[in-house]
Amino acid sequence: MFETLSDRLQDVFQKLRGRGKLTEADVNAALREVRMALLEADVNFRVVRDFLKSLRERAIGAEVLESLTPGQQVVKIVHEELIRLLGEPAPLRLTGSPPHVIMLVGLQGSGKTTAAGKLALALRKQGQRCLLAAADIYRPAAIEQLETIGKQIDVPVHALGAKESPVRIAESAVERARQKRLSTVIIDTAGRLQIDEAMMEEIQEIAEAVSPQEVLLVADAMTGQEAVRVAQAFHERVPTTGLVLTKTDGDARGGAALSVRSVTGIPIRFMGSGEKIEPLEPFYPDRLASRILGMGDVLSLIERAEETIDAEQAADIEKKLRTATFTLEDFVEQLQQIKKMGSMGQILEMLPGMGQFMRNPAMAAALDEQQFARVEAMIYSMTPAERRNPGIIDGSRRRRIAAGSGTTPAEVNQLLHNFRQMQTVMKSLAKGKIPKNIMRMFG
Amino acid sequence: MESLVPAWLVPARSQSPTWKSPGSTRIAQHESTRVKRFKQLFGGTSLEESVEKSRGGAFSALRDLFRPGVKLDEDFWEELEDTFIMADVGPYLADELIERARESIAAARLEAAADAHGLVEELLVEQLPAQSDTLRRAEPLTVVLMVGVNGSGKTTMSAKLAHWLQEQGHSCMLAAADTFRAAAIDQLRVWAERVDVPLIAQQPGADPGAVVFDAVDSALARKASHLIVDTAGRLHTKSNLMDELRKVQRIAVSRVGADAIEALLVMDAITGQNVLNQARIFQDAVSLSGLIITKLDSTARGGSVFGIARELQLPIKFVGTGEQLNDMDEFDSTRFVRALLGEPATA
Repeated sequence: MFETLSDRLQDVFQKLRGRGKLTEADVNAALREVRMALLEADVNFRVVRDFLKSLRERAIGAEVLESLTPGQQVVKIVHEELIRLLGEPAPLRLTGSPPHVIMLVGLQGSGKTTAAGKLALALRKQGQRCLLAAADIYRPAAIEQLETIGKQIDVPVHALGAKESPVRIAESAVERARQKRLSTVIIDTAGRLQIDEAMMEEIQEIAEAVSPQEVLLVADAMTGQEAVRVAQAFHERVPTTGLVLTKTDGDARGGAALSVRSVTGIPIRFMGSGEKIEPLEPFYPDRLASRILGMGDVLSLIERAEETIDAEQAADIEKKLRTATFTLEDFVEQLQQIKKMGSMGQILEMLPGMGQFMRNPAMAAALDEQQFARVEAMIYSMTPAERRNPGIIDGSRRRRIAAGSGTTPAEVNQLLHNFRQMQTVMKSLAKGKIPKNIMRMFG
Repeated sequence: MESLVPAWLVPARSQSPTWKSPGSTRIAQHESTRVKRFKQLFGGTSLEESVEKSRGGAFSALRDLFRPGVKLDEDFWEELEDTFIMADVGPYLADELIERARESIAAARLEAAADAHGLVEELLVEQLPAQSDTLRRAEPLTVVLMVGVNGSGKTTMSAKLAHWLQEQGHSCMLAAADTFRAAAIDQLRVWAERVDVPLIAQQPGADPGAVVFDAVDSALARKASHLIVDTAGRLHTKSNLMDELRKVQRIAVSRVGADAIEALLVMDAITGQNVLNQARIFQDAVSLSGLIITKLDSTARGGSVFGIARELQLPIKFVGTGEQLNDMDEFDSTRFVRALLGEPATA
């Protein structure tokens, strides 16, 4: 079911081999696959329709016809077109005399409060002096949430409680920033439905009162087809100047961003990922385009690895590898780190072309998470001395380890055997040789 | 560069009704039959404007899909497919449903769209799992785990559910197992006071498993019938957080037994196709017993549940329709499907 678009397109074009000329039906079949892929990624169906119109012309052009791999060629064109549509990353436009005002708006649960904290942190790191304004007086404890975040990142929070009107809170925040000579006010507004007339009027009033330089629409990367109407409605009320796509650390393809961008024309400004208050990330059109196409996201994988693997620990392990003093204790630590990045399946899904591997039952079995758990259990059932020096494990110890981990002595043997092989490999690696059958030991 | 702002994009302002709501008194004076019907379908009190707008605006095409005089031609099928896709049913399932609808309509030898409405509605209703009892009732205690991704509405729904159970004559307690998100405990505390149910909470950062352990103890001691556990929002892709949730579930199971657990996935109606991945992984972690769709008072139709229903056979138990305590209802598949299709013109 989760074939990549390129696999499917390759299938479409495979049938054409030897026939030479592309017919209209062929192009339609290919475009249909593109359509399905984009809809699966939650791109709005009307945006998809328009997109296919402009794609058709390029798809029947010479670059596809003359290509040896027309499927890949179409994917490349789609990818390019998506990048073009997603637009260039645009920095915040904070012009005029400070304090500059940034307003965050969006539906309930889209992640405004977290995004406000992340934005404040990003700006603070650029040397700006920010003030967060807690203008969500409706959701219970929303003000406390912003105050907690403010403390975490050491940015002051302007809160007047839940009795004061949001307009008044926004105005007084700007006033306070002016007095204290702060450079930027970030207003966290309440989540609201775009069809809630009274609430929409409220953000309009806030915007009129404080004339923000930037009004950022905060949207969840998981949003479906409705993203378009939501964005449109907000844009009409308070001219939005940018989009913040949140929760991009999930596996949603994020087609909503494309819909919003192409319908409202507002630039995508930032991506938010993770619940920890870290600076908002810049938006990279090529990455988002790959993500929408389900083409794997190698760059994100690398980032995730960097984020989860402790650099010092990695250096330590590298040294152990080089000096071939890598023990079972280190091995289990490595397993832990890999697990922190997500399941093996997820990690592989992020690699382009790996989708096919994952559908292979043998591969799936080899990556069985259960196997990891068993290895871990066995190592944890060893004494520290045994972990450091597996040579001392005799028949009786083997039986004890097997009993302790719910495995069999044969499995313990297998683990020790694999580990010895691994050590051999490492020794040769340390000498600068790369063994040919390196992959076999994991098989 | 060619203009990419699509021609279909008529500003919604001009489509909207010209009247404005009179500020805080939000009871609409213009309660049309459509509004009444929607209220009847989903209950709730804050839907007036939303219905006016959503139905009067971009949805007008859909409302007319089954109007008298429409032939069951290619245009009709295309529009019906658009309706499905716009409701987030997903392209592959939409394709398949259209095929099946075509077959059954051909078999019934229908020609007018108005006559086909019933068949299409039936087909969609069939896709959803049969209605089950709304909530399990185990002796002495039922533990309801509210799980889901961030921002799906777990905390608000926990409060509504507590309120609903109380109105049904049950004695209920809340457990604040979201010890991670800033002020999540405070948020639930405010709700608990409004609903007037006891809340079991520890400090921010406390182990959620320990919170649940203690909460079960308290609930048993106070002879509560239901304990609603508001867990932290987590993306299904975070394996460490999913492990944490597994642990919470294991603790609950060890205290009251698996049959006394309701693990409910709370999903925002606006979520697109990713919801299937979410459901799969949450299912694997805590063996879900059902779904709750929140924010159905928006223009989103929540059609992505069809994919979940198909693959995981999970019953949908409740829908959330607003920010007030009473804004929820038991799920009714016929009502849900009618809202998704837009009601027939005769309504």
